[in-house]
Amino acid sequence: MSDFTSEFWNLYITVLTVLGVLGCGVLLYSQSKYKVAKHDGPVGTTGHVWDEDLTELNTPMPRWWMWMFYLTIVFGVAYLFLYPGLGSYAGKLGWKATGQYKEELAKADSDYGPLFEKYRRQDLKAVAADPQAHAIGERLFLTYCAQCHGSDARGNKGFPNLTDKDWLHGGTPETIKQTIMNGRHGVMPPMGAALGSDTDVENVAHYVLSLSGSAASDPIKSVFGKSKFGACMACHGAGGIGNHALGAPNLADKTWLYGGSAETIMETIRKGRDNTMPAFGDFLGESKVHVLSAYVWSLSNERK
Amino acid sequence: MNSPEPQVIRMYEARQQIYPREAKGRYASLRWLCVWLTQLAFYGLPWLTWNGRQAVLFDLGTRKFYLFGLVLWPQDFIYLAALLIISAWLLFLVTAVAGRVWCGFACPQTVYTEIFLWIERKIEGSRSVRMALDRQGPSLKKSARKLAKHLAWGAVALWTGFTFVGYFTPILDLGAASFTLAFGPWEWFWVLFYALATYGNAGWLREQVCKYMCPYARFQSSMFDRDTLIVTYDAKRGEPRGKKGKGGSTGDCIDCTMCVQVCPTGIDIRNGLQYECIGCAACVDACNVVMDKVSQPRGLIRYSTDRALAEGLDAKAIRRRAMRPRVLIYCAGLLLVVLAVGTALALRTPLKMDVLRDRGSMGREVDGGAIENVYRLQIMNTTEQPHRYRITAQGLPGLVLATGDEVTLAGTETRAVPIRLRAPHGAGAPGSNKITVTLAALDDAALTVTETAVFIVPR
Repeated sequence: MSDFTSEFWNLYITVLTVLGVLGCGVLLYSQSKYKVAKHDGPVGTTGHVWDEDLTELNTPMPRWWMWMFYLTIVFGVAYLFLYPGLGSYAGKLGWKATGQYKEELAKADSDYGPLFEKYRRQDLKAVAADPQAHAIGERLFLTYCAQCHGSDARGNKGFPNLTDKDWLHGGTPETIKQTIMNGRHGVMPPMGAALGSDTDVENVAHYVLSLSGSAASDPIKSVFGKSKFGACMACHGAGGIGNHALGAPNLADKTWLYGGSAETIMETIRKGRDNTMPAFGDFLGESKVHVLSAYVWSLSNERK
Repeated sequence: MNSPEPQVIRMYEARQQIYPREAKGRYASLRWLCVWLTQLAFYGLPWLTWNGRQAVLFDLGTRKFYLFGLVLWPQDFIYLAALLIISAWLLFLVTAVAGRVWCGFACPQTVYTEIFLWIERKIEGSRSVRMALDRQGPSLKKSARKLAKHLAWGAVALWTGFTFVGYFTPILDLGAASFTLAFGPWEWFWVLFYALATYGNAGWLREQVCKYMCPYARFQSSMFDRDTLIVTYDAKRGEPRGKKGKGGSTGDCIDCTMCVQVCPTGIDIRNGLQYECIGCAACVDACNVVMDKVSQPRGLIRYSTDRALAEGLDAKAIRRRAMRPRVLIYCAGLLLVVLAVGTALALRTPLKMDVLRDRGSMGREVDGGAIENVYRLQIMNTTEQPHRYRITAQGLPGLVLATGDEVTLAGTETRAVPIRLRAPHGAGAPGSNKITVTLAALDDAALTVTETAVFIVPR
C-alpha cells in the first residue's frame, strides 16, 4: 500500500529524485573543466584574482576521483531501479522492511527451532526435569509472563499466584499448557439482584468466609447466608469447593484472587468479576509454550 | 597582465606515476624496523593463545572482547573511548615535537607501501629498470614480470585480509576452513574486502592516500610550530646549487636530484616544507650518501626545526626548545589520562548487577503483616570462571531475603534472578524506602557490587 494520500506526492518525489540524480551528473560534467582568461600569473593558479593580490591555486584532484563520482551516480540509478525509492515504486527486488523482519524471524526459528522441537516431543514432566529447559523456561517466563504474574510468579491482585497448589482451571501440566495456548476467560456474574437485599449479600459473604474457617465470619450472618448460597452452587458447587471446568475458584481455601476481607467478597458478589488470561499459542508457537508450561508446572511441583 | 584569449582549466588530472628509488641509511633501517615490529604484531597476535582460547579476539557475535587476561563487554565501551583519547594526546605530543613521524614510519599506508615496493623491486628491478619497463611496448617478459608482481601482491593482500578477519573469528578455525575454502559469507566478504583494500592502497594508490584522502595528514599542520622537527633542506649551505668547480657554484648541493628520486610522494624537499611531505626522511638518507661521496659533511638535508634553520641553533638548543609549554601541556594531559584509565582498569570489578523492581505490583502483604517486594537481579559474571555469589539486602531494620540467597553463574554468563525481599510490619515508612542490594562472590572478596533500589511499603 502506498504511504501517500494523494498520487501527487508520489510524482513529486519521483521527479525530485530523478532531477537530483541528473543534476549531479550535469554539475559534475560542467565543472570538471572550465574556461578562464589566459593569464601570465604564477604557475598553478586558476587566474582568478580578488582584492588585488589574492589568487586561487589550481590543485586538481586525480582523475579516478572524478570517475568515482560518476560511479556513485551509476550506483544511485541501479539502487533506485532495484530498491524502493522512487515514490511508490516498489523496486525490482521487492525488498520490504517487514520482509526483512520475517526473514530474520524465520532464521531464528530455524536456528533455535530444533531445540524447542526436541522438547516438544518429550513429556511435560520430563521437560520440567531438564535443567536447560528449565533455564529457557525461566527466561521465557521473565519475558512474557512476569508483567502480570510477577518475576517470582507469585501473582498480584487479580493475577493468580502460580507457585501454590491452588489452580482455577486445574494444575496438571497438560491443563497449564492448554491455559497458556488458548488463554482463559473467567467470569463471575453480578449476583446482587439475584440474592436480594444488601443484607442478603452480606450474609452470603459471611457464609463464604466461614467455608475457609475464617475468624472474621459472623456465625449468625453465616447461617442466614447459607440458605441463599444455593444461587452460587451452580458454579462453586456444594460447600464452595469450586469447579476447574468452569474456572470457578475454591471458596473453602485461604487463597483469594481479589482479597479475602468481607468487604471485598461483598463487592465481588455485587458487581461480579471478569478476568482474562490472553492466549499465547499463536504468538509463541506450541513448542515454546510446551517448555513454558513445564516451567510453570515445576514452580509448584518438585522437579525430579 | 591578462590577455583576452581563453584557456581551459581542468579540475581533474591524470596521476603522474612515481617510481621511488630505494633509499639506504639510518632512517630506512629505522623504517624497516618499524615494518617488522608492526607486522610481527599484526600477523602474530591472533595466533597467540591464553588459557585455552585465542589471546586477542573481538567476538562481535557474543559481544565479548578478549585481550589476554581481560574480557571487555559492551558496558566497558568507555575504555575504547579512553584508548582514543590517549591516542589523540599521543598524536598531539608526537606531532608537536617531531612532526609527521607517524606518517613516515608507522602508518599502515607507509608500512604496506614499503612492503609492496620491496616486492616490486625484487620482481621488476630498480627505479630506472622499472621506468624503462613501463615505457616499452607489450612483451612476454613484461607481462610475465607484471603478472608475477600482482600475484605476489595478491598473496600478501590475501594473507593480510585473512589475518584481519582472524581478529574477529577464531583464527585456528578460519585457518582450517581456508584449506577447503569453507568460509561463511561475511568471512568471505571481509577477507576479500580487506585484501582488496590492501592491494589497492599499497599497490596502486600509495601517496594519493596521503595527498587526497587522509584527514590526519591535513590537520597535523595545526600542531606544528617553529620548533617542530621537520625534514629540512639547509638552503644557506646548499645554494646556489649545481656541479662543483664549474661556473663558480659555491653551494654544497650538487643538484643530483637523488632527494627527489627517493621521495615516495614525488616532491622536491629543497622547495621547503610541503603538505605532501610525510616525514619519512628518505631524502635525508639519500643526500647523506651523496655528501659522503663528495666529501662534504652530512646533514645538508636533515631533521631540524624552522627556528633552528633561521637562527642557526645546534642540536642541543633544538632539544632544549622541545621543552616548551605546548609540549609540557600535552605531556601533562597524556599522563593524566593514562593514570586515570590505568586506575579505572585496575579497580574495575568484573561483576555487574542491575536491580529492577517489579513494576507490576507495589508492596505485597504476607503472613504476619510483613511486606514483600519483588525484584529482578540482572547479573553479569564478566570473568571467565564460574562463581557462587551471596545476595544480601540492607537499608531497613529486619530486611531479609525471602528467596534463596546464593546463586551460581558460569563464566561470562548473564542471568536474571528473581528475588523477594521481606521487611517486618512497621519497618519502613509508607511509600518508597531506599535500600541497597549487595552481591558478593564467596571465593573472591574483590568481586562485590552494591546497587541501590527502593522498597515500597503500601499505605
